[in-house]
Amino acid sequence: MKLIFEKSQPGRRGIGVPKPDLPVPEVPSELARKEAPRLPELAEPEVLRHFTELSTRNFGIDTGFYPLGSCTMKYNPRINERLVGLPGFAGLHPLVEDDAAQGALELEWRLQEILLEVTGLDAVSLQPAAGSQGELTGLMLFHAYFRDKGEDEQRRKIVIPDTAHGTNPASVTMSGYELTPVKTDARGNIDVEDLRGKVDEHTAGLMLTNPSTLGLFDENIEEIRDIFRSVDALMYYDGANLNAVCGISRPGDMGFDVVHINLHKTFSQPHGGGGPGGGPIAVRDILEPFLPVPVIVNDSGTFRLDYDRPKTIGKVRAFTGPFGVFVRSYAFMRSYGPGLREMSEVAVLNANYMLARLKNDYDLLYDRLCMHEFVLSARNLKKEHGVNALDVAKRLMDYGFHPPTVYFPLVVPEALMIEPTESEAKETLDAFCDAMLAIAREAADEPELVHDAPHSRPVKRLDEVRAAKEQIVRFRFEEHPAEQRAGDRELELQKGA
Amino acid sequence: MASSESYPDDLLYHPEHDWARIEGDEAVLGVTWYAQDALGELVHYEPPDVGATIGKNSSYGEVESVKAVSDLVSPLSGEVLEVNQKVVDAPETVNEDPYGDGWLIRIRLANPDEQTQLLDLEAYRKVLEEA
Amino acid sequence: MSYLSLTAADRDAMLATIGVASVDELFRDIPPAMRYGRALDVAPALTEAELQRHLEELAGKNVVDEICFLGAGIYDHYVPAVVDAVLQRGELLTAYTPYQPEMSQGVLQAIFEYQTAVCELTGMDVSNASGYDGTTVAADACFVAKHATGKSKIVVTEATNPQVRQVVKTYAPGFGLEVVEVPHEGGTTDPARLRDAAQGAAAVIFQQPNFFGILENAPELAAAANDAEAMPIAHVDLVSLGVLEAPGKYGCAMAIGEGQSAGNAMSYGGPHYGFLAARSDLIRRLPGRIVGETVDAAGDRGYVLTLQTREQHIRREKATSNITTNQTLLALAGLVHLSLLGPRGLRELGDTCMALAAYAKERLGAAGLEPVFSDKATFKEFAIHTGRPARDALGDARAKGVYAGYPLGRDYAGLDDALLVAVTEKRTVEEIDRLVEALS
Repeated sequence: MKLIFEKSQPGRRGIGVPKPDLPVPEVPSELARKEAPRLPELAEPEVLRHFTELSTRNFGIDTGFYPLGSCTMKYNPRINERLVGLPGFAGLHPLVEDDAAQGALELEWRLQEILLEVTGLDAVSLQPAAGSQGELTGLMLFHAYFRDKGEDEQRRKIVIPDTAHGTNPASVTMSGYELTPVKTDARGNIDVEDLRGKVDEHTAGLMLTNPSTLGLFDENIEEIRDIFRSVDALMYYDGANLNAVCGISRPGDMGFDVVHINLHKTFSQPHGGGGPGGGPIAVRDILEPFLPVPVIVNDSGTFRLDYDRPKTIGKVRAFTGPFGVFVRSYAFMRSYGPGLREMSEVAVLNANYMLARLKNDYDLLYDRLCMHEFVLSARNLKKEHGVNALDVAKRLMDYGFHPPTVYFPLVVPEALMIEPTESEAKETLDAFCDAMLAIAREAADEPELVHDAPHSRPVKRLDEVRAAKEQIVRFRFEEHPAEQRAGDRELELQKGA
Repeated sequence: MASSESYPDDLLYHPEHDWARIEGDEAVLGVTWYAQDALGELVHYEPPDVGATIGKNSSYGEVESVKAVSDLVSPLSGEVLEVNQKVVDAPETVNEDPYGDGWLIRIRLANPDEQTQLLDLEAYRKVLEEA
Repeated sequence: MSYLSLTAADRDAMLATIGVASVDELFRDIPPAMRYGRALDVAPALTEAELQRHLEELAGKNVVDEICFLGAGIYDHYVPAVVDAVLQRGELLTAYTPYQPEMSQGVLQAIFEYQTAVCELTGMDVSNASGYDGTTVAADACFVAKHATGKSKIVVTEATNPQVRQVVKTYAPGFGLEVVEVPHEGGTTDPARLRDAAQGAAAVIFQQPNFFGILENAPELAAAANDAEAMPIAHVDLVSLGVLEAPGKYGCAMAIGEGQSAGNAMSYGGPHYGFLAARSDLIRRLPGRIVGETVDAAGDRGYVLTLQTREQHIRREKATSNITTNQTLLALAGLVHLSLLGPRGLRELGDTCMALAAYAKERLGAAGLEPVFSDKATFKEFAIHTGRPARDALGDARAKGVYAGYPLGRDYAGLDDALLVAVTEKRTVEEIDRLVEALS
């Protein structure tokens, strides 16, 4: 399929711009653009068709089952799209005085209240733009808290299990801490003996995903909490897997001091091909003074933004956060109400059902009940038939499914990480399991069929080595003379032409 | 393109799958067949600067495939005399010829006695069996 | 309301397959003391119609019918209908990061086109797939500069958006960076003073047009940074780049900014997207996703996420950033808008903003509301003296249905009577006349 730049023809355009009958000031020549940018020139119908055609070469939850482990690809209610577009939300400037934003502030405050109930903590900042930014913000709060106590110099280490998402260690580095990795035991829990030797007065805290990326609830969580409490260290809860325990178990009650909530996962945000997301954090009262500014204050039903917070860490993003994300997630929460618990129950039921159907034909390193997701291994297929996890993933496409997450977590070889979410009908779960079982048979009978998959997508397997070596990361106009004619020319200097 | 599995017996090995060929008071360093096979086709080599001092058991650079990145662990201490430009330009040379054209750096040994701590082929094969 | 499918019979059959008696049993690994033994204390579930009414009530409490002259980083530009149509395509809207390229050629190609458009506009060689917003990309750029230069000082001009500066300062301690601000002089930055401050710095961040809407002598600022061997980083407005020179043409190492102006509603501050583009030699240090062109097994062109070894899921604690989720959907909105405009439309958009803003500045001046920085060329935004506390002037104008601007005293000492007025192509001559009347 052509790039939009390859469809460009000089002189076409898609949308007009108002032209008031006013003189246009001259830009000083040393600051003025000399060559027009080679943006595409197309009429509106071609622009719409181009992007519609792109959409047909893509797969979303609206298209079908998307069990991408760790990403919680659940249904995105269409009503939420309508709500976020309400003129009173979409047309609101973020810097208006608080009296003009009472509805927005009330929505944010109500969202915070629900997050407090779900997490069992005391205060919220909605500002972080994604889970990873929530992590970084949480670690900044660790620094601020210990600096306030005069212990920041002493406490340099953050403990992270080897099953963690890569964001955790990356956030540790970005926040200026040092990483202390800890091992996983034979049941998929943190290795408590390994942990004991690594936690001391130099430890600032723990970052933990619970349930873990293996989809397992850490059975030793009380012991782990006591270890960190005994040295007055803090505990950070990576809320990536909150979809397993909403209304069932609360991070605050588990002993965690900071939680980030991936609104785009648990509380249904269309993932948009990579974003947006939202990563609010909830904290225990001891950390509240350090939260980013502004903080939303509710004065008996009148809401205002408070910037006067002497101990604040500052700002991690502009304004109060990604407001449209809040509208969608708030709407999602309100449509479930206390039924958020049932949401998590069904997510866990679905995952365990699939696990029960698949565990005899794929390897399972930790044979336990899972939570909202589970991790199989294709190492048996690789050893016996030379078919690896990537091959299984690609072959699933031919059956009409988005593949699971593969090769993560790193502690499982040939990992296939499957997260069905609560959204799916039993028939869908069965069809996916049937496909997985069929692929296991194909691996034995017709391994080439699996190796060469996918057979039904707009493209075959892509050469990633070539992409990394050639590094073509933008359209090269100079190698496409036809397009050069369309774009690479002197700027039309006549104003308002 | 890929070479077949081999481990020359005239090299000294490090358990992190690096090798050293001693040449007088200098040594040539690289990664073993096992290491390049585990990584897959290499697409990038981040070498040290010529003249840099590197320490035994510490990282002197990185190699990358599309899905993985690996520290290059030096089996010996010394000063970097030469970087293999051919691998900088064509990292897949390591996959094609890990012990020949795919060498990574040449160093002047800071402490020649260190070589006695490295593994011979027999000892390295035991490491491979456990991996 | 619920979005769940399972019937009671489904649940029974599934529990039987699992081999447990109840859903409760599935949670047996959670210690009893950590179970939440009661129903969540949240309001009852709403039906879709009730939800719509509730949210309409909340939206109705916001004031959006005042004529908007408020900018300061977020602008009331027109968003074309085709943008909405494209963003509501479920295949694009409800997909995630294109880890599996065969399932995601649509998003991958769109990002590749976005990267191309951002490079064209900024004159840079490479662009990532977007960052969170115009503030966080500034912090990202500092991280890049620190690692590329090995230096640990960042210089930011005071005429750069205050929120950008705040975010950079919040991130700086973790990065081991010291942040130095260079004051403005009469609304712009003095290149000689910037050169002095930039000695020993990893990078210099300046904004063009700057926070006051004024055109800095950006080529001289970039040259001053380069003289001091600090990386020049320009924070720019995409909408201005039809008329203003591309940062890549005057020696910048990176160009960053807030992308909201292209394709996105103001939406009380987000979600929007930040763009980050750089010289080609910095590609391995860039944060976030990058899409590259390649071929498939049949030799046909296709696109993949590339250079992923920079990223947290592979490099973990040594990654160039912790970013995972970015703002692809909002960046796509920007691409669609820019594609509809084309080079001529973008140029006209800049011209119209400048023409209307110049008219507003002249009329306000004639009414006794003098520009704060009278001799400086501006783009779509400018500061005026109101002759009294700016919040009072703002309040009086709002009573007449006009949201007149941003009180600069919030961020700049000594500018308590100053209002920053933004004029986009959506404003009309009549509306500007009402602004003048409302402030007079």
